[in-house]
Amino acid sequence: MIAAESTASLIQSVDWVAVAPPTIVAVVGLVVLVADLFLSERNKHLLGWISLTGLVAAGLFLLPLTGSGAGRSTFCLSGPRATACSYTVDEFTLVIQLLVIGGALLTALLSLTALKDARNADKELPEGEYWFLLLSSAAGAALLPASRDLATLVVALEVASLPAFALVGLKRGDKRSSEAALKFFLSSVTATAVTLLGVSFVYAATGTMHLTELGEKLGNVDGQLDTLAQTGVVLTLVGFAFKVAAVPFHFWVPDTYVGAPLPVAAYLSVVGKAVGFTGLILVTVVAFPEYADVWGPALAALAALTMTIGNVAALRQQPTRAYSAVRLLAWSSVGQAGYLLVPIAAAGYADRHTDVLETTGATVAYALMYAAVNLGAFAVAALVGRTQKLNRVSDYRGLYAKSPLSALVLAFFLLCLAGLPPGIIGLFAKVTVFSTAVDAGLGWLAVVMAANVVIALYYYLQWTALLFRAPAGEPAKHHVPAPLTAAIAVTAVLGVALSGAPQLVLQFAEHGVR
Amino acid sequence: MQFLLALIVVGPLVGAVAALLPAPPGLKGKSPDQAVLRHGVTVTGVILLAAIVLALGFDHDHPSKMQATTDISWIPALDVRIHLGIDGISLPLLVLTALLTFLCALYSYFKMPTGPSPKAFVALILVLESGTLATFAVLDLLLFFLAFEMVLIPMYFLIARWGGAQRTQAAWKFILYTLLGSVVMLLGLLLIGLRAGTFDMVALATDNDRELSTSVQVIAVLAIGIGLAVKTPMWPLHSWLPDAHTAAPTVGSVLLAGVLLKMGTYGFVRILLPIAPDGMETFAPYLAALAVVGIIYGSLACLALARPGAKGDLKRLIAYSSVGHMGFVLLGISTMTPTGVNGALFANIAHGLITGLLFFLVGALKDRTGTSDLDTLAKESGAALYGKAPRLGGLLAFGAVASLGLPGLAGFWGEMLALFGAFKPADDLSRPAFLTFMAIAAFGTLLTAAYMLIVVRRVCMGPTATVQEAPRLADVQGYEFAAWTPLVALTVLAGLWPAALLGLTDPAVQQLLAGGKS
Repeated sequence: MIAAESTASLIQSVDWVAVAPPTIVAVVGLVVLVADLFLSERNKHLLGWISLTGLVAAGLFLLPLTGSGAGRSTFCLSGPRATACSYTVDEFTLVIQLLVIGGALLTALLSLTALKDARNADKELPEGEYWFLLLSSAAGAALLPASRDLATLVVALEVASLPAFALVGLKRGDKRSSEAALKFFLSSVTATAVTLLGVSFVYAATGTMHLTELGEKLGNVDGQLDTLAQTGVVLTLVGFAFKVAAVPFHFWVPDTYVGAPLPVAAYLSVVGKAVGFTGLILVTVVAFPEYADVWGPALAALAALTMTIGNVAALRQQPTRAYSAVRLLAWSSVGQAGYLLVPIAAAGYADRHTDVLETTGATVAYALMYAAVNLGAFAVAALVGRTQKLNRVSDYRGLYAKSPLSALVLAFFLLCLAGLPPGIIGLFAKVTVFSTAVDAGLGWLAVVMAANVVIALYYYLQWTALLFRAPAGEPAKHHVPAPLTAAIAVTAVLGVALSGAPQLVLQFAEHGVR
Repeated sequence: MQFLLALIVVGPLVGAVAALLPAPPGLKGKSPDQAVLRHGVTVTGVILLAAIVLALGFDHDHPSKMQATTDISWIPALDVRIHLGIDGISLPLLVLTALLTFLCALYSYFKMPTGPSPKAFVALILVLESGTLATFAVLDLLLFFLAFEMVLIPMYFLIARWGGAQRTQAAWKFILYTLLGSVVMLLGLLLIGLRAGTFDMVALATDNDRELSTSVQVIAVLAIGIGLAVKTPMWPLHSWLPDAHTAAPTVGSVLLAGVLLKMGTYGFVRILLPIAPDGMETFAPYLAALAVVGIIYGSLACLALARPGAKGDLKRLIAYSSVGHMGFVLLGISTMTPTGVNGALFANIAHGLITGLLFFLVGALKDRTGTSDLDTLAKESGAALYGKAPRLGGLLAFGAVASLGLPGLAGFWGEMLALFGAFKPADDLSRPAFLTFMAIAAFGTLLTAAYMLIVVRRVCMGPTATVQEAPRLADVQGYEFAAWTPLVALTVLAGLWPAALLGLTDPAVQQLLAGGKS
């Protein structure tokens, strides 16, 4: 009897369907790494298509988890604490996994063209490594929203980030690329170390790693341990603040984006941020609700600083500087991170649990909108970057005359990011974020954000206006590769569809993501 | 009926998309440019027809009732409903917008402003029309905000691409000012919507017992008021207007003055008065004071510009006169009485007609002489337009006297009613203060008369010698007659038969001020 019981507690039955999406991504990553060894130089391009198929398959495996399939958990503790699980699939998990896998898919589409161009230009990027690293990072990012204990969370975060350092430094012989990778690596590792310290403090104070249990236990921590727990909470948050590139942990962003291959920059700006925000939401709302009076105001201040510094820096970009288009997108992504922080900060002021879900739902809704249009903007930037190697904002002058459709689409994306019609989804996503701030009584934050929206409009609209100016030279028609066209088309269709039916993403702000 | 209203709002948008596509066979016209300009005239014409039919089908016995309503849920997450409807307040503005846009399209068909291809021009005008019509037709706060924002991008490009000197700066000033105002307005709208639990204007206006405490109302009125005041524009938030008007192409100026400014005052009447009466009451004296300052400031600025040797630009002068005229509208609103608000709405329409006409005339004058600078035009003695182009001169004089508020023309009634309202403001407002405002505003009308007459004197009159020396200017052309006659006719009609308009607005205003109880 006793033996049987102990084996039952030793052997866990794993719900493979629940863990399928991140697992598939990881397995395909390994397959690519192995296949790289056996494929001849000529056939390396197949690796890209294998990765693409793997990502699509992972996306399809989200389907059985929707509807009645939701609410599964696995890797649970046995015995009396059976409610605490390390891996949970709920609506929140699914939405973020969809965002991560979709973002990785679009990045892969951009990468196909980028790798091919690099091959043709004899500045070869190692393809096997590239795809392996991209898929590993995506696997970590897909794991993160499902993880429900601090250890898994940190592991997932590192799985998502470590390959990203290598991806950034992948341009062989490019000094800027290696420097960017080093910058990114050093600052990120410091942040991780701080997070781990924080996690250990929290564990020491409560004796548990599971987020739900933490939420209960942190409420009645021994008085002597209170300072320890509080320090732990703050230190843990620092690491996540780094991932979302919140001020003052933002300085790695512009150099990293410029140094990295463009698809990787797009990936970091969307998936990298999504990872950070997911972690932040899980930690603050699920694990540390007891300390809302600590992290609420802190995040509010962080949000205000982040959006202001990001937008002001983007405003100061010279359009004629080399790589200014990518730089501008990088800084504007810092600004957008500020808006994304607002609902999480507002959650710190909410009274009831349903309000918390609703406010963080606003972050999810905004992140979905941002993912679609920002990847779209990067896709058009990749298109322009094929002919204009320096990718300056001034290179976009007269894009309308060269290729009207891509100019119109980029204008649409930029106006979505600015939040002005015709970018209706951008407008309403901002309205949702505003309403969480107003509802939480954070009037000052709403006013700061309002001022930021105006600053941001200036540089977005300046760029938009440039697209329609008379071109400086003779317009040269060039061939647009199919994967790039597909990426632009998908994001544009998404943006337009969401503008017609904003409810598709805003529903998460209505009933919350549970 | 509701399909007609939906068509009026959505039609221009569809037309804008169609304008960007290549013309279908059979509609190619003489050249692609001509075809797309004709497309613009057709679409705006259809919308004008629809608006007229709507006005004819409007139940004139119950103008306070929302008519032609549509109410569909659009974004349940934000509680945004596509709620459209018109009553006696919005109907005249709707028709005015459709009319002015059609006249602008017609005018551009014959006289396209210099700039890039007309394709984008027509598309932008149509988006602009859709945005303004939507502003007057929607009954949902967030949709109102959406419509309010929709006009920004088209107007920016109209000024920045087809404008005159200094157009880039002027366009930036326009969009940054108005956007800053409108995001602040959004905060106010959200505050009202979230506290009251609905964004529906009708529901909010008819039920004043919702949990909108006075402090919430005060904050909301302040936030929304700033957004609307920038658009109106109210002194001291007006400084974008003269630059934008001076730089904008003729058609842009006409639409800006004739239609876009009305969105601000309409917001005051439709949103602030009924939904936040307590907050409005707190700010009414300040609003009135700023309005009166605007009247005097606008007139003095015009007087300074009209002086010989001041290098005054005629377009800039009319822009400043708009600040003064909108001051009367704001004064009327701030009295919070039916008389004052009716006067404000009347002055709104009158200003749209008269200032639209004036901008057309100055634009035509600029096309003929190459300048709108008053000193260059008039030299030492006067431009003698009566001699060089008698019809143009006559029309300009007509516009000027209409603008200064000559009894019998449209400009008179609105300002007089606004002053009447200030004579006896709502019970809770300080009467002595408003009497002072009334006296100052009345003095403003004198100043208005002074600068308008100086302009007529310097532009239209002049020594006969100049007429014989200088070449004659082309007089009013056929298409110009077509574009201007409706404005002249309506100015006279509204002046002689104000009841046609007041009969529409008065019941609706009464109901609005009574909190939905008629």
